[in-house]
Amino acid sequence: MKSPGFRLYAIAYLLFLYAPIILLPLFAFNDSKVIAFPLSGFTTSWFATMWEDQNLWNAAQNSLIISTTTAIFATLLGLFAARASTRFNFPGSGGALGLIMLPLVLPEMIVAMAMLAVLLTIGFPLSIFTIILGHVLLCTPFAVAILSSAFQSLDRSLEEAAQDLGETPLSTFWLIILPLVMPGIISSLLICFTISLDEFIMAYFLGGNEPVLSTYIYGQFRFPARVPAIMALGTILVCLSITLLAIAEWFRRRGIAKSGGTDTGGFL
Amino acid sequence: MSTKDTMIEFRDVHKYYGDYHALRGITGTIRPGEFFSLLGPSGCGKTTLLRTIAGFEDISSGAVLVDGRDMAGVPANKRPTNMVFQSYAIFPHLSVAQNVGFGLRKDARSTAEKEKAVAEALEMVGLKGYGGRAAHALSGGQRQRVALARALILKPKVLLLDEPLSALDKKMREQMQMELIKLQRQVGITFILVTHDQEEALVMSDRIAVMFEGEIAQLADPETLYRRPGSRKVADFIGTMNFLPAKVLEEGADAVEVDAAGFGRIHIEARQVMGGKTDEGATVGFRPETLTILYEGSAAADRESMATIEEVVYFGDMTYYDVRIDGTDAPVRISMRNVFGRPVLDIGARARVGWSPGALVLFR
Repeated sequence: MKSPGFRLYAIAYLLFLYAPIILLPLFAFNDSKVIAFPLSGFTTSWFATMWEDQNLWNAAQNSLIISTTTAIFATLLGLFAARASTRFNFPGSGGALGLIMLPLVLPEMIVAMAMLAVLLTIGFPLSIFTIILGHVLLCTPFAVAILSSAFQSLDRSLEEAAQDLGETPLSTFWLIILPLVMPGIISSLLICFTISLDEFIMAYFLGGNEPVLSTYIYGQFRFPARVPAIMALGTILVCLSITLLAIAEWFRRRGIAKSGGTDTGGFL
Repeated sequence: MSTKDTMIEFRDVHKYYGDYHALRGITGTIRPGEFFSLLGPSGCGKTTLLRTIAGFEDISSGAVLVDGRDMAGVPANKRPTNMVFQSYAIFPHLSVAQNVGFGLRKDARSTAEKEKAVAEALEMVGLKGYGGRAAHALSGGQRQRVALARALILKPKVLLLDEPLSALDKKMREQMQMELIKLQRQVGITFILVTHDQEEALVMSDRIAVMFEGEIAQLADPETLYRRPGSRKVADFIGTMNFLPAKVLEEGADAVEVDAAGFGRIHIEARQVMGGKTDEGATVGFRPETLTILYEGSAAADRESMATIEEVVYFGDMTYYDVRIDGTDAPVRISMRNVFGRPVLDIGARARVGWSPGALVLFR
């Protein structure tokens, strides 16, 4: 492990991974329309340009609606699936869970194309709503994965203890289970939100004429003059994503610590 | 049977998990105010049986009655029983006081009265002033006490304890055993303890049901279980017992004459004769402390045999000897209290072994 070759490899790997992202803020604050070195000077005017773009606001609003709704629905569905798969044993439970998790490995383009074909066939108009449908499909496996780990770290006898002390199954869920998996729920909401926010293929295929942030950014790259402003937007999105994922991970770890379990993985 | 001397009654209780027959016709009663133990090796069905009382397991056939009432169809939250779980199941997101007071949520009493009840329950288990602490910051012994207080605050008719001491270290375990006995006498509630530790069951219980493979092998008080185990299997499970093959010579109405290897002809009374016959035929059984090594000047024993010492294990207050009685194939174990002035014998030494026919049991 200590050989210099390995160290070099690790540094090169990380550089390849993160250097492009570091370039985003670099050019967002660069006082030039051309994305090239050497840097010409410091400016915040690209942020102002971005701020005044009405189309961008429209796309951001759409994205916010889509991501929030997706996060809530995917987490809700994930909650049911995770509870069912960890608590009950029924015929076909393994198969059902496998099908729920499948979109995780299925090429997104195939799923998007298939959905588009179905929607067009039945004459369903493309809108924000159809993007939400696609995103829920995409995000639910993540929600299930996060929430399953939250449910699995719950001691089964906690539920029995609550019922032994006079609570019904429903009030037990409300008083004991929900508070204990709450960190998992918050973590799932944040991760689903982040995934939905920067998703492109579904939004492009199923969005019709409704722009979202990802498709808007893609469209702007046709105009070289707009690129620095997009860099500014990208900078903001990177910061937002990192913040959300960090909060999500913090909640996930706190949840495990609270229920006295040991950490077995996670996204960060 | 009247409900006055019966708190729990099992009527031919069967439980199947698919093809697996977990409980095979459990019948028996547990008396009010009794400290009762379900004892057996893991997988014998003792926890399953406990959980049928609590309402966490449905039974396949038969009936479980608590205080004269059939529990069929009564969910766990409506039963007059409370449970201390093996993992303690302390709610990690609540404080100690919130845990203890959890069962009082639907109680009609005022908040002040409930707080007083919680404080009393905490004091009863020796956790006075711990109410404000976070539950996940407690030690194992303290969790155990919180679980006890949480169950007892509801004044159940029966307290169910599922291996509550198995997670504690030896010192703590012995201390909690004593505290549980005291607590049970103080509150007068029927305690039912599940344990695989025969010593713990002997120390704590008024009566014990020994279970093997889904059946009660013997239900008796600790002394009877120890001195007159109903079968070789029970004898083997509880404490140490030596076995020597025996041949039945003469069979009377109230006594049996046998010829036991190394012991010669013995007269065994009917109350010493147990069932639980094995393929090996009849055997006599005796506890290590019923044999004595005779020294110069020891009081005379009823009967004597000569033996060779094969192994010596010194424990400080006790010494265990594995001795081979002349005329036998396998060594038997003798435990001797170490008394001042009596030397510990060496391996290979010859010794006179004293015994009494009254302390033997015959399995046939």
